[in-house]
Amino acid sequence: MRFVFKRSYDDDIKLFKHRPQAFYYLALLILMLALPLLLDDFFLGEVTYVLIFAIAGMGLMLLTGHTGQVSLGHAAFLALGAYLNAIMLSKGIPFVITLPLAGILTGIIGMIIALPVLRLHGIYLAIATLAISVLADDIIVMAEPFTGGVTGLVAPPIDIFGLDIDRYGTPILFYFLVLFVTLFVLMIYRNIMRSPLGRAFVAMRDSEISAQALGVNITKTKATAFAISCAITGLAGALLGHFAGAFNNETFNIVLSIQLLLMIVIGGLGSIHGAFFGAMVVGFLPQFIAITRDFATDNFGFNSLSMPGIETGVFALILVLFILFEPMGIYGRWVKIRTYFELFPFYRKNMFKRQKSYLKTERMK
Amino acid sequence: MSLLSLENVTLSFGGLIAVNNVSFHVGEGEVFSLVGPNGAGKSTVFNLISRFYDPQKGNIKVNGESILRLRPDQVPSLGIARTFQNIELFEQSTVLQNLLIGRQRHRKSNLLSEMFFAPSVREEERRHRHVVEEVIDFLELQAYRDKYIAGLPYGIRKVVELARALATEPKLLLLDEPASGLSLEETNDMIYWIEDIKKQMNITVLMVEHDMNLVASVSDRVLALADGKELAIGTPQEVQSHPDVIKAYLGTGGEINV
Amino acid sequence: MDFWQLAISGLANGSVYGLIALGFVLIYKATEAVNFAQGDFMMMGAFITIWLTNEQYLGFSFWLAIPLAILIMALLGYLLDVVVIRRMFGQPQIAVIILTIALGFIIRFAAGAIWSHEPQLLETPFAGREVHFGGLVLGFEEVAVIIVTLLLTMFLFLFFKKAKLGKAMQAASQNQLAAYYVGIPVKRIQSLVWALGGSVAAVAGILFASKGAVDPSTGLLGIKAFAAAVIGGFGSLPGALIGGLIIGLIEPFAAYGLPAGYSQVAPYALMLLVLIFRPAGLFSQMHKKKV
Repeated sequence: MRFVFKRSYDDDIKLFKHRPQAFYYLALLILMLALPLLLDDFFLGEVTYVLIFAIAGMGLMLLTGHTGQVSLGHAAFLALGAYLNAIMLSKGIPFVITLPLAGILTGIIGMIIALPVLRLHGIYLAIATLAISVLADDIIVMAEPFTGGVTGLVAPPIDIFGLDIDRYGTPILFYFLVLFVTLFVLMIYRNIMRSPLGRAFVAMRDSEISAQALGVNITKTKATAFAISCAITGLAGALLGHFAGAFNNETFNIVLSIQLLLMIVIGGLGSIHGAFFGAMVVGFLPQFIAITRDFATDNFGFNSLSMPGIETGVFALILVLFILFEPMGIYGRWVKIRTYFELFPFYRKNMFKRQKSYLKTERMK
Repeated sequence: MSLLSLENVTLSFGGLIAVNNVSFHVGEGEVFSLVGPNGAGKSTVFNLISRFYDPQKGNIKVNGESILRLRPDQVPSLGIARTFQNIELFEQSTVLQNLLIGRQRHRKSNLLSEMFFAPSVREEERRHRHVVEEVIDFLELQAYRDKYIAGLPYGIRKVVELARALATEPKLLLLDEPASGLSLEETNDMIYWIEDIKKQMNITVLMVEHDMNLVASVSDRVLALADGKELAIGTPQEVQSHPDVIKAYLGTGGEINV
Repeated sequence: MDFWQLAISGLANGSVYGLIALGFVLIYKATEAVNFAQGDFMMMGAFITIWLTNEQYLGFSFWLAIPLAILIMALLGYLLDVVVIRRMFGQPQIAVIILTIALGFIIRFAAGAIWSHEPQLLETPFAGREVHFGGLVLGFEEVAVIIVTLLLTMFLFLFFKKAKLGKAMQAASQNQLAAYYVGIPVKRIQSLVWALGGSVAAVAGILFASKGAVDPSTGLLGIKAFAAAVIGGFGSLPGALIGGLIIGLIEPFAAYGLPAGYSQVAPYALMLLVLIFRPAGLFSQMHKKKV
């Protein structure tokens, strides 16, 4: 067990709780920077994909995990980011401008879309955002002059100050671009969470009424959360557009929306780590299934693992198991394991036991 | 001039009149208690002052100005803080974080500076922390500073909620049943704290409470309500011996033993 | 009489949406949980009936297959609650939402694995039969769908209003602890509600499959049924049906009068409008949490 002696208020404000923690994350960063030396292009591409999903996951985590607003429509904002970026690029605007602008515009548009539905709670919000996702699909088709309709768009090549970046041509550069955006978003996320705004988010999630009684403007704070969340998701969308190369309305369908939500739940709601863990599951699960399938076919000669849709099926099954047995997700499990070793041999089984609260209706009739 | 005044306030839900033509004034520096049987409309009065409900008739004034045009989240900026009958803390946060949310009305930083955690934000955080630490010292919560609410016993939660209200640096504190569910010792602590809040911090207190011992020890004035109507107002002794109050509590013809 | 033909086929589609919406509302009314897998339940019910009655599978008589399918789905609903949902007792609503979404994915995968992804039609004894009504020529299935739906809604409405079990179900939803104290077996009641939800889904599935092909992704129709439930107000059974009928009617007429694409958008646009301007729906009421 580690005791952290705090000497000033700054000890609670700084990003890393203690020196060893800072050291671990530094080591992780160095590993990420050295990754192109260790992996071939294919696996580097996979890691890039995971990072893009982690960015999108952070976007949704901020909204759902920390502010408590469920969104089943975030694929719409991925799409918005991807299309805005690609359209602006094709107009000859340089990438260093289109990427941040795509994020900011997605944030603003997302907030405007969200404003009328922000008054809604729980299921109503979930359903309204679900509708946004369905509508986005149709609107992309209807806005054919801009979006190319069902034919879709091809993401124009990226050029940063004369440096050509392409997912297939220069996968290492593309990886670094995505890594940079990931770290940037991560920094902003962490900063917000240690500021008054981040506390207001969490307060609103846990008790809206009490947050209001302490001076949190619910509508404004929710709209801000939505804007930041959509902006981050828009950035991820822009990058995903480049990663996919070409995309159309099908790329960002409702299933992707739902998958994003399931992803952060598996990772662990309410922690930034959760966004990364969840993205890893989403990113590596198809590989894992493919490897298992090959293994099963080679050794037992059966072919049943090659059905269509097995990824989503397995993914959903994992999720159900997590919700039932580890509602705090992978991150929650990780914290328990870590605590077990820190406290060894004094860990008690019910240390993290959840308090059950009996449901009382919020309806009057 | 009175700090808070209700003037002929009426609120009904459907056919049920929860608050019926109630008027009272709370002067600066006073401890004012609302008593009455369950369903008398005491908590509804609090929710009216918090702007969770709109009165159908009458007016609510703070420092002589009507607050009826304010949103609930604008009420704290008048220097009004409250606690809740059923404890509404932020369960997934630590005690420290809960108290820091009490500083929300003093937030000066904007989104951009917070995104990059500008030096001004850091400076502000230190100031908030300083205020919060003073409250922690006052209510002796040092041992629980980094504990999560979800794991705390009931009595401590009650204190944390009081602390969170104090962290807003209020002028008027609304306490909704501060002693309900507390042990005798915890209630005695509460009595001392409320006295200190009044005397040392110069905070006006409006309180709803059932524990007549607590009410009698700290209140300057008491208002008894029943079925949304005013029964009696005066010192604790006057109200306790008022025949209408006795009737409301015990039906007709009983003796009151407090 | 083009108008009436469009209207009747719209009403028939709307009845199916309404029945799925009825399933949501039923479970929501009684357990405060929202079953996002209700559409997939419907799809499952349809496939089970197809499996029981179609020649290529078991080939049972149609009239035997229907009650059997309803029973199987009721059992599935009951088991689902006992094995999975019951563990969520006392958890936040959102956890149940996510759980049922995941269950929907699993059901869709299972259906695809068992019955393939090919669209399939239910073989009914009255396929191709027509009903002549005034000057109108209507498909028998369409008329049957509308009538069965109306009867079922009426039955459920009376059940919640009058029957002891129905009232116990409502009480259990409003305050689980209090209901438990007055001697209502809350857990079993909730399982029964899920069973009821399963059987309503089976009826919806049978009706749907009798007039159109089913494939595992048919369950996504549930999203449209959500729109129906919201338009009707989430707590009202007749409201859910009317919401479904409204959506069923909008679709063919929007397709008729508006440029392509708009007709698909119309139901959701209407739902968002309802959510924004009358968030409680057209037939129900919503309010704030009490402190």
